[in-house]
Amino acid sequence: MFDWIRPRDLKRKGMLSMNKRNVDYIARYNDRSAFPLVDNKLKTKQVVEEHEVASPLLLQVVSEQHEIGHFRERVADLDGFAIKPAKGSGGKGILVITGRKGDDFVKPSGSRVSLADIERHLSNILAGLYSLGGSPDVAVIEALVRCDPRLSRYSHEGVPDIRIVVFKGYPVMAMLRLATHASDGKANLHQGAVGVGLNLANGRALNAVQFDRPIEQHPDNGLNLADIQIDNWHYLLNMASRCYEATGLGYMGVDLVVDATRGPLLLELNARPGLAIQVANGQGLLPRLHAVEALKRPHLTPEERVHWAMTEAGADNIPQPRRSIPALEPVFQI
Amino acid sequence: MIRHSKTPFYLATLLLIAAGLLLAVLRHQQMGVPWLPGAQQPVWLVEARIDFQAWGEPVSVDLNIPDQPPGFHTLTEQAASPGYGFAITEHQGDRRAEWTIRDAAGPQTLYFKTRLIPDSAERDTLLEPGVIKPAEIFLEEPDATAARALLLQAEARSSGPASMTRELIGLLNSATPDQNTRLLLSDAALAPTLYRLLNFAGIPARIADGLQLEDARRQQTLQPWLQVHDGERWLTFNPRTGIQGVPADVLLWRETDGSLLDVTGGTDSIVRFSMLRQTVPALQIVRAEANKRAFGSLSLYQLPVEQQGMFRMLLLLPFGALVVCLMRILVGIKTSGTFMPVLIAVAFVQTSLLPGLAAFMGVVTLGLLMRGYLSSLNLLLVSRISALIILVLFITAGISIIGYQMGFSTGMTVTFFPMVILAWTIERMSILWEEEGAHEVLIQGAGSLIVAILAYLVMRAPLAEHISFNFPELHLVVLGIILLLGQYTGYKLTELRRFAPMKRYQ
Repeated sequence: MFDWIRPRDLKRKGMLSMNKRNVDYIARYNDRSAFPLVDNKLKTKQVVEEHEVASPLLLQVVSEQHEIGHFRERVADLDGFAIKPAKGSGGKGILVITGRKGDDFVKPSGSRVSLADIERHLSNILAGLYSLGGSPDVAVIEALVRCDPRLSRYSHEGVPDIRIVVFKGYPVMAMLRLATHASDGKANLHQGAVGVGLNLANGRALNAVQFDRPIEQHPDNGLNLADIQIDNWHYLLNMASRCYEATGLGYMGVDLVVDATRGPLLLELNARPGLAIQVANGQGLLPRLHAVEALKRPHLTPEERVHWAMTEAGADNIPQPRRSIPALEPVFQI
Repeated sequence: MIRHSKTPFYLATLLLIAAGLLLAVLRHQQMGVPWLPGAQQPVWLVEARIDFQAWGEPVSVDLNIPDQPPGFHTLTEQAASPGYGFAITEHQGDRRAEWTIRDAAGPQTLYFKTRLIPDSAERDTLLEPGVIKPAEIFLEEPDATAARALLLQAEARSSGPASMTRELIGLLNSATPDQNTRLLLSDAALAPTLYRLLNFAGIPARIADGLQLEDARRQQTLQPWLQVHDGERWLTFNPRTGIQGVPADVLLWRETDGSLLDVTGGTDSIVRFSMLRQTVPALQIVRAEANKRAFGSLSLYQLPVEQQGMFRMLLLLPFGALVVCLMRILVGIKTSGTFMPVLIAVAFVQTSLLPGLAAFMGVVTLGLLMRGYLSSLNLLLVSRISALIILVLFITAGISIIGYQMGFSTGMTVTFFPMVILAWTIERMSILWEEEGAHEVLIQGAGSLIVAILAYLVMRAPLAEHISFNFPELHLVVLGIILLLGQYTGYKLTELRRFAPMKRYQ
């Protein structure tokens, strides 16, 4: 209960505090005009698509109360889907359906919801119950992500996702979030999901926490969390880095999932990524953020930035990126 | 992405704080607004009573009254005189109270009351127009010779009008008077003798009337004080001791050459004084004085009383906001709704803490139960909130009625809670319960209440109430502090606990 850490120790570890994040990073590097891009999942989908970042298939958008009636017909032949408020934050208002039992729908936890429940949920979303500031919203219905089994076995009843903090286009820290029974199948750390810090150099697990306390095994299935290694790590980092060009947000959280058939997909972007990633990694963000800020000449392509970030993290034999066009060369527009 | 230099910001904020403090200090000095609530200030109530015998014909009485006496500030003046017409006239620095009546006979009594605040601030005596000339004095022999001798004696030991006066007073008050002194004092009192001597020597002098102030004294008379003009201003001397200056407990009632009292149509007039030392709240004086002083027009006392009451409440809000800022930025307490705690605290100020707390918890608990039912009705959000507002109204009315029937008048104070805020609080709590569980509801609910209670305690403090209303400029300081808090990038208190597991990775 009375377990405290001295501010000096936190400073030495380079822990980013909430206040500093808000003042020195979000307010300074995130242009307000770019916020709607990430606060609205529909817009995010559209904008990242242009930068070759894939996201789950869009099935339907419910934007008016009367359209809820059509929802019944549209989902008739679907087994699994996810309903999300377009302007929701922190995973609020996301309803995932993995299957059907009779007339009812089944959630990842196995509990059932009726069609009426879903319709009420849709109507709540439209009224803005889950949106920031309570403004009217639309409901986005996406195809269910079937997670890569190599990763999903570590997660209990939910899809594990990978959070990468991207600063000025450089991936600076990453973690894997595993749903647990306590988190009700949600990959939300403060609800009890497990956070596994990932080594930027190779995608290997560094350290794992649940409720901010270090753990070694998954609390539900007992799998050793230290064995985790993410495949295609270089590609995932590239994807995250490309989101910088797409949105222009200097400091953001990129949430990725790995679909069994479609590969890595972008779940959502977050302009106010949380601080728990530091505890999951056992390291503070500040030294890495300072390293990026200290760069005299920023790298221009995602490949170069990822190369730099991985090298900084201690990786070797990674593919050399293509050289970008020198910035000094004049660019003419026709 | 633009990185502004922070220096102008800090400079502006510091200027803001400095301006607030400076204005407050000025207001304190100029208007005498006390720093602490309940400060008392002594006030002298001096009453002049004029008695005379009227002859049964038109009567006119006029009395010299104080005009900015040194060391005092006039608060109020009033005359009590049944049947008399009354006016205050001013002519060449001679302020006079005038009573008139068409017909009066027999013994008459008139009162003139003035309330004076001791005022230590040095007041520049008004420079009188023109050159002050000494009064022309003719002394007959042998007085003239004696006077000349005395003046020569005094002049030899002095360098100017002030020292000359001191020397003369010393000579006249000598324990072993020589024969010149005895001769001069044989046919006149001390003060008139000094007056004549000084004017005879070419130094403008006059006699002022002073009143020794002592609490609860009656039937007092004025005593002569000597005033000498040194070419720039009138200097006051005590003719009995030679000490220069007016003591704090002496009120110079008359400072002009004019007479003290003139009565036409009567005889046997006499004026006597009684006095009383009162203490009144300093604020009351400030309010009475507000429109007279320079700062007055910048204060809230000018507003109608009703608006003043409203502002008294509104001006407490910045303190509540400051508490919320401190709690959220420095401590890191989670609350439900950013400023909901302040609004609840404002309601607490109206209801007082414990009844307010009980009523608030009661309304929210009942509301949450009813919200549970509403949730199963599958309503649209807007109508659900609207329904909740009406339900909250019912709950409030119910608590009031039941409380009243049971004899608790406090039950009725529940109406001070902002209904819409309550409805939203219930809605948010309910959603929080469904999404994050009862634990989070407890954390945020308790956090909100703790912040609300702290804000209440701050807003409730007599000092806060006093300062916020009487020194509105101090809100600039609060603003400055809040702006500075907005730049705080250090760790919150709760983060020291949250990140405690990091100790493992040292």
